[in-house]
Order: sequence, then structure tokens, then C-alpha cells
Amino acid sequence: MDALILQLLNGMDKGAAYALIALGLTLIFGTLGVVNFAHGALFMIGAFCAVTMQRILSLSSTVIDETQKDFLGNPLKIEVPYVQSWFGDVAGAAIQDWSVPLSILLVIPVMLFVGWAMERGLIKHFYKRPHADQILVTFGLAIVIGEIIKAFYGANPIQTPSPAALTGSVDLGVGLGFEANTIIYSVWRIVYFFFAAFIIAAVFAFLQFTTFGMVVRAGMADRETVGMLGIDIDKRFTVMFGIAACVAGLAGMMYAPILSPHYNLGMDFLVLSFVVVVVGGMGSLPGAVLAGFVLGIVQSLSSMNEVKAIIPGIDQIIIYLVAIIILLTRPRGLMGRKGVMEE
Amino acid sequence: MLGLNSRDFRLFLIVCALCVFAPILLNPFPVASSLGESFNAGYPALMQRFVIFGLLVIGFNILFGLTGYLSFGHAAFLGVGSFAAVWMFKLLSYNVVPAIILSVVVAGLFSVVIGYIALRRSGIYFSILTLAFAQMMYSIAFSDLVGKLFGTIVTNGETGLQVYNDDPQILMSEGSPTVPHLFGLEMNSAFTWKVGGWEFVFQNGYYLSAIFMILGFYLSIRIFRSPFGMMLRAIKSNQTRMSYTGLDTKPYMLAAFVISGMYAGLAGGLLAAMDPLTGAERMFWTASGEIVVMAILGGVGTLVGPVLGAGVIKYLENIVSKINDSILHNWFAFMPDWLENLMVTVIHPFIGKGWHLTLGLLFMAVVIFLPGGLMQLGEKIATLFGRKKKSDDAKSGATEPAE
Amino acid sequence: MSKSNFSRRGVLKTGAVTAGGLMLPTYLRADAHAGYTNAPQGDTVKIGFNVPQTGPYAEEGLDELRAQELAVEHLNGMGDGGMLNTFSEQNLDGTGILGKKVEFVTGDTQTKSDVARASAQSMIQKDGVIMVNGGSSSGVAIAVQGLCQEAGIIFMAGLTHSNDTTGKDKKANGFRHFFNGYMSGAALGPVLQNEYGSERSAYHLTADYTWGWTQQESMQASTEAIGWNTVQNVLTPVGAGDFASYLTPVINSGADTLILNHYGGDMVNSLTQAVTQFGLKDKVVNGNDFKIIVPLYSELMAAGAGSNIEGVFGSMNWNWQLQDAGTAAFVKSFGEKYGFPPSGSAHTCYVQTLLYADAVTRAGTFNPCGVVEALEDFDFDGMGNGPVTYRGADHQCFKDVLVMKGSENPTNQYDTLEIVEVTPRAQVEYEPDHPMFAGGDLGECNPGA
Repeated sequence: MDALILQLLNGMDKGAAYALIALGLTLIFGTLGVVNFAHGALFMIGAFCAVTMQRILSLSSTVIDETQKDFLGNPLKIEVPYVQSWFGDVAGAAIQDWSVPLSILLVIPVMLFVGWAMERGLIKHFYKRPHADQILVTFGLAIVIGEIIKAFYGANPIQTPSPAALTGSVDLGVGLGFEANTIIYSVWRIVYFFFAAFIIAAVFAFLQFTTFGMVVRAGMADRETVGMLGIDIDKRFTVMFGIAACVAGLAGMMYAPILSPHYNLGMDFLVLSFVVVVVGGMGSLPGAVLAGFVLGIVQSLSSMNEVKAIIPGIDQIIIYLVAIIILLTRPRGLMGRKGVMEE
Repeated sequence: MLGLNSRDFRLFLIVCALCVFAPILLNPFPVASSLGESFNAGYPALMQRFVIFGLLVIGFNILFGLTGYLSFGHAAFLGVGSFAAVWMFKLLSYNVVPAIILSVVVAGLFSVVIGYIALRRSGIYFSILTLAFAQMMYSIAFSDLVGKLFGTIVTNGETGLQVYNDDPQILMSEGSPTVPHLFGLEMNSAFTWKVGGWEFVFQNGYYLSAIFMILGFYLSIRIFRSPFGMMLRAIKSNQTRMSYTGLDTKPYMLAAFVISGMYAGLAGGLLAAMDPLTGAERMFWTASGEIVVMAILGGVGTLVGPVLGAGVIKYLENIVSKINDSILHNWFAFMPDWLENLMVTVIHPFIGKGWHLTLGLLFMAVVIFLPGGLMQLGEKIATLFGRKKKSDDAKSGATEPAE
Repeated sequence: MSKSNFSRRGVLKTGAVTAGGLMLPTYLRADAHAGYTNAPQGDTVKIGFNVPQTGPYAEEGLDELRAQELAVEHLNGMGDGGMLNTFSEQNLDGTGILGKKVEFVTGDTQTKSDVARASAQSMIQKDGVIMVNGGSSSGVAIAVQGLCQEAGIIFMAGLTHSNDTTGKDKKANGFRHFFNGYMSGAALGPVLQNEYGSERSAYHLTADYTWGWTQQESMQASTEAIGWNTVQNVLTPVGAGDFASYLTPVINSGADTLILNHYGGDMVNSLTQAVTQFGLKDKVVNGNDFKIIVPLYSELMAAGAGSNIEGVFGSMNWNWQLQDAGTAAFVKSFGEKYGFPPSGSAHTCYVQTLLYADAVTRAGTFNPCGVVEALEDFDFDGMGNGPVTYRGADHQCFKDVLVMKGSENPTNQYDTLEIVEVTPRAQVEYEPDHPMFAGGDLGECNPGA
């Protein structure tokens, strides 16, 4: 029982990440009709914003300590971070400790800019082009982004720890009547889950309750008519692309403590995010979220030792197996509309 | 001739000639020159890859170019073909004939099953279904899940399947070659022709692969021009209308899918025949993606485009990735030092470990400037030189850019 | 020990005869000149460095490449000579190999067997290399080793730790300097018993591929030998990223030790998640403090895992903090050229290149069979690992193994690991037909054409 609950928690957490990525991808696809293979790269840029913030906060002045030696026997250089010399040791260290949540200050402007630049500079010219061309150009872009990241940060994964206060685990079971120390779960993952839930809710509220969102939804349903009504739908779509990029970037930033960022992170999430979107149904936002959680939970449950004992390696293929079954029983995924991306 | 119209026949002859003279054409520089050391591509292993991946993408193009169905799991058929071939080497002997036959048959069987299921959906749903099947097959092969279930070795996991000295090889007799061979003709033996500073290597394995590619190319022209090909194109332009006319499109689609799967299986078998080891990563989604990219890069729906796309990508992977800084310094050694260093610094990010960057930029440039793929570049150049053909060789296969 | 009956004199004679034959027009086979594939002509000899330059192990590959370039410099008499000065054999004098200047070509394996073989083939067929060196994974090493055996080229493996490389996949033309899973287990066992006692329950998370399997098998054997109980072994998909589903069951399994048979990114992620998210290191189970063990360490992984490796035991082939003269010489020349200390895989690639050069010099020929004979059962010293033997029966190097621990108080960014014990060679040796290594066949050395 406790094992099951733990795996459900894992599934919710994994699902939150999948849902968040799929949400951004669906926003772009649903509004602009563009198959964006660079979406994983946007996720990665978000994660590297966290790395960058960490680097910025640990920019240091160098003091040479003659009493200590480095590995070659030269005097040791000791680095004192500027934040520590400005805010004092304690406050400075605390700021450094909270670098991941603080990088939200960096992620939002960076992602809005990247989204804007991508849409205006590249994607705009591909609205009318075949999906195959969109795939190739965004795939090319994803490779280029990955290589640029590699040039600056190297190929090795980079440790980006969560704040000390949010590391470690917390006992969730006691309140529910379990014995102590049976249902303990990672604090940061709980934070991630609520963060994801908040972003998802915010995106839905934005689309549902604002005039802007209403126009965008109308544009998703019938772009030409909305255009004929004299509304500058293009500009709104650019904004939507920026928002989608932000969602991906925030997902990546908060994921950095869970998965140490490296330059291939985007590619790792690319296929998975497409599977999630398609299982949810192309162009359906609730479908993407639902599919994210379904696949996350199914994957976690299949990783249980009891399940793996019966079918070895099932956890490696379960996502694809479930995707196949869903697509065969529900022709357009969980909540897809007829006629979208079926040609 | 050969059932081809004169234009197609001319194209076919050109392709044949290119294949026959590839060892010479791809080695334009003397061996010892610095250009030769960097850019010559006329060595057997790479030429084999050119024609084998060309064959693979020709087959893929029959499905994608004609019907517009984008399979994102084609590498899986390549993989099963290779595994089947290596198993033939392990069980029977190093003769490539049973290996190649079985690889085509096995890939055909897999594609019948997968095609039958995946073709129940269209568009991106079809793509994701093929992707899902391919990824499952990859995981199964990578961790040898089938083998684990039965307590034996089927794919040998990540290390890859290869032939060991203690394998049964029941048809091996004393003195039979211990490398893949065609009735005694060893795949890796070659004849080297040295002329001045040039060296041209003519290898058996390459020519066997080239023959298969030429056959595959011929078959693809025939399919493109046949009523069957017409039907596939009709399905692409409007499948609903085809159904309304009372035609069941599914058998046609399935036939195209299976044919293209068998091409992939043949390519996989040939890969194993040239180099008798196969690993699961051949089936990973990036490998499938590479096939798609090769097709789009060359020009989807054209006859020669896919081969061109395969060639360009394999060239980048094998040639550009090997250029390193010391080679760069050699190239620019004639320049003043500061200029030499500047040139090296400028080019450095694009070569060696940065070859992926070149690849990504190339994709973007081609899609942005040449929507018809590299074939369009050929047309543009042809127009530039005023050789305005009534209808272009290559373009004749396609009525419209494929989707 | 060698099954081939090559003697140096015989090799020379064959070489001379074939060299005579070279005067005649030959139309036989591609590589038919001096009786072996890619016999060097002119005053240069080419070797190939086949390392991952893209993909998950790119950083490690680039470090290998740095060390290989350094080795070539030293062989050609540039720089300070590094380990040439401390090597117990003093045949190399900075004039290249057998008087031929050493040139090298590089290739990218992408850590994929297919690509690695394609790259090695291009080195052999196009560039005419006489030896291939490098690599950062066992799958690739085994694939390239097989290729070199067929082509008649010597393969000096880089970082490959699976038992299979010199076990069931061993090849006569392939040599491994790096240690292996069995040795890691054998070295770690006694240290773990010392530190943690013999009353522990171990839970294994194992990367689901060949290296993971052999590493787990070795660790299970050596921990059970010191009385530990194995609770469970769970196979995790390679590149899983999120290990939460595999880590949460550990908590209630009753195990008090977690053994992570992971490498590279998998290890960085699983260890980080175990420590920072599930707080495993702070738990107390069965009255024992919960412990984590990572059997195979590398500097780059340690850097990636940051402070999470504090106090975590593991093993290494070599570390720059060793105090012997060979290590000091190598660290000095590497550090002066690149500004940071070399990694363990860099050391292996460097040493392998020198060992090859030395073997050629002692054999007096580049003929692979001569080199094989020179390297088999060859004893040497002064390369940072103490006295070492290249065993002829399986082409595995036998040397001391380092048991490492994540530093508790790192003084600088390179000081992430500290040496706990140098396990003497005798303790990690095994018979060539040990069950974990049985089943292979070295075969005959193959000189190619």
C-alpha cells in the first residue's frame, strides 16, 4: 500500500513535468499550427537560466593565498563571491542558496525574448509551409541551440541544487494514519508539483477569463474568420509563442535541481513531449495535461518491483505501449478534435 | 528502355554511372595532399554507407514521398534487418545470401504487423504510432528484454550482436572465409588502383551494395510511374475522396508501407553484411529522425533527392567530424600567423566536435532557402546555366512538394 | 602464453620478404604491402584517436583527446617528456616510434557502436592508421575491438570497465589498461567491511546494459563475500533521468545501503536525487546510518554530482593525487599545458599510447602480431599505477586499484575525491577462466592483409 502511494506521488510529480512541457507545445501547435521540434530546447534554455543565475551569483573576486598551494604547487587562488562581499557572508550565502527560485527573474525575460525572436525571426515564415518543413527547421534550430549551450557550458551535467530549506524529504504518511517513515517524499518535488499546477491553472485562467485569451481561443478555432473581424491575430500569436516559451522555460528551470542540466536535455524530452501531446489529442490543452498525468502515473506504477518481476523491462516501454493502446481505442487521442493534423 | 521512358532511363544511367565510378569521383584529391586527407570520401566504408543509406531513404521515399504518411520509426526495420542478418551469420555461415534474404523477409513481416496497426490512423497520429513501435523495439533490443524473458541472448543488449568463434555456423566448412562473403567473394577485399598521387579502392562489398541500390532505385522509378504509384499519390492528395469513390485505400497503403519496410530491412541486412555487428542504437528514434531528415533535405518525392540527402548527412558525419584543429592549421599554414589563427578560430566551432552545429545550420538553411530540398538547388543551378529543361529529371517524379 | 608463433626475428624476416615483393606489381588486395594492414610508409606513422566528442560522454572524450595529443607530443620529443622519464622501459627517446614521427587523426564515436565503428573504419581505410586508441564506454570498446581484430589493427582501449571487454568479448588485437567491474568489487569489499561492518543489507540500482550487469554482479559477489545481504537488484533504463520511481521503494525495503551501478549522467542524477531529494544519506535503518556506494567513479561525474558525493565510496583506476613519480610527471605536463589536472580516462589513454609505442620499439616492427607478443605478459612500472602486468591470457592489465571517497572538505574544485586506500594488486587478481570472464576466445593475432 505504501509503495503504491509513493509511486502515485512519483507519478503525479512526473506527470506534472510532462503536462507542463506538453502544455507549452500544445499552445504553440494549437494557436500557430506549427510543429515545434525546438520545444525541448526551450525547456533546456529554462534549465540553463537556472545554471546561469547560479553562475552569476557566484561571480567572485580572486584573492591569492600564499599559504596554500594548488595541485601544481602554485599559490592557491581563493575566490570570494561578490554577493558575499556585498551583502555579508550570511545573506550572501542565502542568496546563493536560493539561486534556482531566484532565476525566475532571469527566465521570464529571457524566454519571452527567445520566444519573440523565434516566432518573428523564423517560425513566422513557416505558417504556410508543410509540417515536414516545420519539423526540419525547428529540429535544426534545436541542434543549434544545443550546440551553443555546449560551447558555453560544456557537455557535462551541471549541478544546480535547490535551496537547502527545500532539499531532503518530509513525512507525509503520519497525518494519513501511516506509520512514521513509510510515506516520505521529496520536498522539492512537492514544490514542483504545486508550481506546475499553478502554472497550468494560470494558463487556463488566462485563456478562459481574459479578452486576450478569448481572441486567441477563437483564433485557434478559426483563424481566418477572426482575422476578417479586423483583429490583429498575428500579434497575439506572437505573444502566445512567448508565453508558451515561458511555460517551457519555467518547467525547465524548476526541473534543474531534479535533473542536472546538460546540453542534450532538450532532445531527451522532445520525443516524450510529442507522445504526450498526441496521446492527449493534437490541439487540446486539457488533453495535453490529462495525458501528461496519465502517462506519468502509468510509468511510475510500471516501475514498481512487483510489476517488473512479472514483465522485466516493462517500465522502459510502457509509455509507448500505453500510447499505442490509447491511439488505437481513441482515434484522436484522449481529447483531440477531428481533422487536426490528420492529413 | 527497361520499361522506363527516355528521361527516366537517362536518370537511371546517370545513377548507375555514379555508383560505378564513385571510388574515383569521391577521391578527387591526391592521397597525400592536405585536401585529400580531409575531404576524400572514396574509401569503402563510407561509400558503402552512401549507397546503403541511399537505398534506405529511397524506400522511405516510396512511403513518405508518394503517400505523405510520415513514418517516424523506420529505423526499426533497419535494425531488425541487421539483427536477422547477423543471426544468419551466427547460425549458418558468413555467406551473405541467406542473411540478406532473411533480413528482407523479417523486416517485411514486422512491417506488415506494424503497418496494419499504425495505418488505422493518419497524420501525426500515424507518425507517433510508428515512433512508439520503434521506441519499444529499441528498448527491447537495448536491454535484450526478449532474451531476458527466455534466459538467452537475442540482441545481446547494448554491446551489440556479433559473431563469436564458438557460434554454431553449421554451414561453415574448413577453409570458408571468416568474413562475410558472397560464395567465396569476400566483401572486404578490394582492388587498389594507384595512379600518380591518387589511390582508388574498388571493394567487393561496396559494389554489392551499389548493385542493390541500383536495383532498388530502378524498382522505385517503376513504382513511381506505375498505376500503383498513381494510386498512392491520389491517396496523398485526397484520401477522403478516394474512399468516397468506393475504393479501399488500406491495401495500397499497407503495400507501400511494407515495400518501404523491406527496403529498410535490405539496407539493414547490407549494413550487417559489410560489417557483421549490429547494435540497438541503430533503431533509436534519432536514427529514424535521420532518415526523415535525409529525405526532406534531399527533396521529398523526387527520385534522386533522398539519395543526395543521405549522402550529404553521411559525408558530414564522417568527414567533417574528423577535421581537427591541427588539420586546420595545416590548411592555413601559408597565411601569416595572425590570419592563420584567426581563420582557425573562426572555423573551429563548425568542425570536429562541432559538426552537429554545421548539421543544424545546414538543415535550417536548406529549409529556409530551398523548400524543395537540395534537388531544388540543382534545378536553380541548371536554370542559371541556361539549360532550361522542359521538365527536370529529378523533379518529374513529384507533382508538388511533399507534405 | 601467446598462441601465435611469431618471434621478432620471424616478423622481421616476413617483413623483409614482403618488402621485396613490393617491387613487383601487386594487384592482390587493398592493403597488401608489408604483410600487415597499413604498414607505415615514409618517415611518419599514423595513429587514430577515436573518442566521444558529442553525446553524453563528450567531456570525457575531450579529456582523453587532450591526453592523447600530449602523448604524441612527448613521443615526438616536444614538451617535457612526461611519463617517458619515469617509465621503467627507456626505449622511447623522443624521436617518434622506430624513428618515425607520430601523426594522429581524431574521430567522434558519439558513444554509439555503429558510429564508432564507422569512424574507426575511416581511420583504417582512409587515413591508414596502425593503431586505434580511446573510447568511453564498454559497448563501443567491444565493438571497435572486434573491428580492429578483423582489420588487423591494434586496439588500445580507453575507458571501458565492463568485465566482458577482456572476458567473453576479448580479442587478440585488443588491450585494456583500465580496470574492470570485478576489480572494483574486489577492492571495495574489504574497505566496506572495515568501514561499515558485515551486517548490512544492500539495495542495487543497476543501469540496464552490459556494463551495469557485470558491475552489479561483481559488487553483489564481493559484498556477499563480506557477509552483506542483497535485498534487491533493480534494473533502471539507461538515461532515465528521473530516478524517483526507483528510489522511493528503497526507503521501505529494509536496506541500509544503496549501491548505484550507474555511470555518467545516470550516476549524477540518481545520486543527486537520492541525496538531495529523498535525503537517503540522513536516514537511519536497522540502527545503521544509511550509506550510498558508487562502484565506479570518474572526476567528471564527481564534479557533476557536486557536494552529494561527500563520504560516498567508490573506486578508480588512477587519480592525479597519487604521489608517485610517474603521476607527478604526468600531472605536471598535463596541468601546465591545459591548466587543470587530468582525469582517470585521460591517464589511461595517455599510458596506452606510450605502451603501444614502447611495444613497437621493443618488437622492432609495427606488425600487430609483433606488438601483441611484446605486450603479452609485459611487466612495467613508473606509469602511475605501481608495478603492472599486461596478462597474456586475456590482455587485461593488473595493477593496484584505488578506493576513493567523496571529499568531505574539498579545498579546491579539483579536489572532489580523496584516496582512501590503494588496494594492492594481489587482492584484485583473478584467473582468466573466472566465471565472470569465462566464455570468450582471444583468437589469433591478426596482422590483416
